[in-house]
Amino acid sequence: MKVRRIRTGTDVLIGTVLCAGLLFPLYWMINVSLTKPQDLARIPPYIFPLDPTFDGYRLALDKNLGALSTSMVIGLGTVVLTLLIALPAAYGMSKLRAPGTGAVLFMFLLAQMIPSVVLVTALFALYKQLGLLTTHVGLMLADSTASVPFAIILLQAFMRAIPDEILESARIDGAGRIRSFTAIVLPLSRNAVVTAGLFAFLFAWGDFLNAKTLTSGNEIVPITLALFRFIGAEVTNWNAVMASAVLASIPGTFLLVFAQRYVAAGVTAGAVKD
Amino acid sequence: MSSAITRAAGPAAGTRDDESRRAARRRATRRSQLAAFGFIAPVVVYIAVFFLYPIIRTGQLSLLDYDFQSYFSGEAPFIGLDNYAAIFANPVFTMVIRNTIVFTLVSLVFQYVIGLALAVFFSRRFPLSAVFRGLILIPWLLPVVVSATTWRWMLYKDYGLFNTLLGTDVAWLADPSWSLWGVILANIWLGIPFNLVLLYGGLQAIPGTLYEAAALDGAGAWHRFRHITWPLLRPVTAVTVLLGLIYTIKAFDIVWVITEGGPVDSSQTLATWSYKLSFEGGTEQSLSLGATVATLLFLVALVFGLIYIRSARKEVTG
Repeated sequence: MKVRRIRTGTDVLIGTVLCAGLLFPLYWMINVSLTKPQDLARIPPYIFPLDPTFDGYRLALDKNLGALSTSMVIGLGTVVLTLLIALPAAYGMSKLRAPGTGAVLFMFLLAQMIPSVVLVTALFALYKQLGLLTTHVGLMLADSTASVPFAIILLQAFMRAIPDEILESARIDGAGRIRSFTAIVLPLSRNAVVTAGLFAFLFAWGDFLNAKTLTSGNEIVPITLALFRFIGAEVTNWNAVMASAVLASIPGTFLLVFAQRYVAAGVTAGAVKD
Repeated sequence: MSSAITRAAGPAAGTRDDESRRAARRRATRRSQLAAFGFIAPVVVYIAVFFLYPIIRTGQLSLLDYDFQSYFSGEAPFIGLDNYAAIFANPVFTMVIRNTIVFTLVSLVFQYVIGLALAVFFSRRFPLSAVFRGLILIPWLLPVVVSATTWRWMLYKDYGLFNTLLGTDVAWLADPSWSLWGVILANIWLGIPFNLVLLYGGLQAIPGTLYEAAALDGAGAWHRFRHITWPLLRPVTAVTVLLGLIYTIKAFDIVWVITEGGPVDSSQTLATWSYKLSFEGGTEQSLSLGATVATLLFLVALVFGLIYIRSARKEVTG
C-alpha cells in the first residue's frame, strides 16, 4: 500500500515536471509580455515577473485591437461558410446515399494533404482576375479550404451513426428530405456541429499564409499577420510583441478550458480522419 | 382498390402492371438519387473550384513565364518546361531539398520518440493524468505564428533564453549553419501534442490482459514494450508518422516566422522557397517559379498522401 502511494506520488511529480517543461515556452511568452523594456536585455533574464508592467498590453491593444476584431470577423464568417457548405453535403453523403459520396470523401481526404502554398499560389492568380484580393469573403473562402474537409469528414461520420429507423419513421409521418434534415438530423448532430464550428474558427483564427498572400496594405490585417509585422516594427518593445501573442492565444485557450469535450472530439476526429 | 382490379384482370395484365410499377420505382429511385445529389452538388463545385482548379492552375502557371510585369498586366507567355530547368539549375535547389529532408526527418523522429515516451508514461493511471494530457494540447490549439514568435525570441543570440540555459553562444537565427536547427527545435516542440494524442489513443486500444499475462510470465517492462506495445502499435505508428510527414513537409508558418527561410536561404524548405519565389522577390519575383516549386512539393505530398490513405484503409478493413 505504501509502495503504491509512493509510486503514484512519483508519477504525479514526473507528470507535473513534463507538463511544465512542455508548456514552458508559453509561460515564457506571458513572462516576457509583463517585463519592463529595460529588463528585456538582462542576462540572465528574470524567471518570474516579480515587478510586472502592463505597458506591453497597452501598446499591443493600441496597435492590434483592430487586427483582433478583423480575426474575429474572418473567423466567424469562416464558421458560417464552412457549416453552410458542409452540413447539407454531410447529410446527403451519410443519410441519402447520394451518388458520388465515395469520390467526394476520397477527394477531401486527399485535399487535406495538399500543401497550402499550392492552393494559395493559384488562388492569388484567380483572385487577381476576379478582384477578390484583399476582400473579407476572399479570405474566408481561402480559410475554409482547411475547415471544410475537416467538417465534412467529421459530420458525415457522426450522421452515419444516427439510426436510419428514426428517419424512416419520420418519412412515414410525411417528413421530406429537408424536413428530416432540419428537424431530426441537425438537432441530433449538435455536438458534431459545435466541434466542426469551433475548429473552423480556430483554423481561420490561426491562418497566416492566406492572409499574407491574399491581402495587402492595412485594410484587412488579421492578428497573425499583425503579430508578424509587429516583430519587424517593434525591435525594442518585445513585451508588446509578446502581449500581442498572448492576446492571439485567448480563443484557443478559452476553447480548451470551456469547450473541452468538443475539442477532444475534434482532436480525435482530426487525428484519425475517418 | 387498383390492386383488386389488377388481381381480377388475370395474370397477364398483372405482369404488365408489375413491369410498369418496377419502372415507376426505378424512376422514383433515380429521382431520389438526383435529390440526394442536390445536397452534395455544392460541395462538388467547391472541390472543383478550391482543390482541383488550384492544382491544375498551379501546374499551368509552372509552364508560363509569369514574371514581375505579369503581376500588373496579367499576361504570361507559355514557355514549356523552362521553369523546371531553371529551378533544377538553381544552386539553392539542392540546399532546399537537403533542408526539407533534414527538417522533416529530424522533426519526425524526435516528435515520435518524445510523443511515444509521453504516451507510455501517461498511460499509467495516476491522478491528474487527464488534466496534464489536456494541458499539453494547448500549443496545438494556438496559432502557429504565436508559438513561432515565442521561439524566435527564445532563440535570439544575445538575450535569448536558449543560450542562457544551455550556456552556449549560438546565433540560432543569424548563423546559416544553425538557423535550420533552430527552426527544427521549435517544430519538434510543435509536433509533440499531435504525436502524444494519436499514440496515446493507440495504446488505450491494446488489451490490458495481454500485459497482465506477460507480467505473470515474468516479462519485465522493456520486454512488455518490445513484444506487446511495439508490434501492436505498428498500425497507429504508421498513420502517425505518415500524417506527421505530410504536415511537416508542407509546414510554412513555423519556418517563415522564425527565420523567413534565411539567412541566405539556409533554412529554406520547398514550401517557404515556393512562397519566396512567388511573393517576396521584389522585381525578381515570378509566380511561375514559385508555382514550379509548389508543383514539385505537391507531387511529393501526393505520393505520401496516397500511401497514407492506403495504409489507413488497410487498418480499417483489417
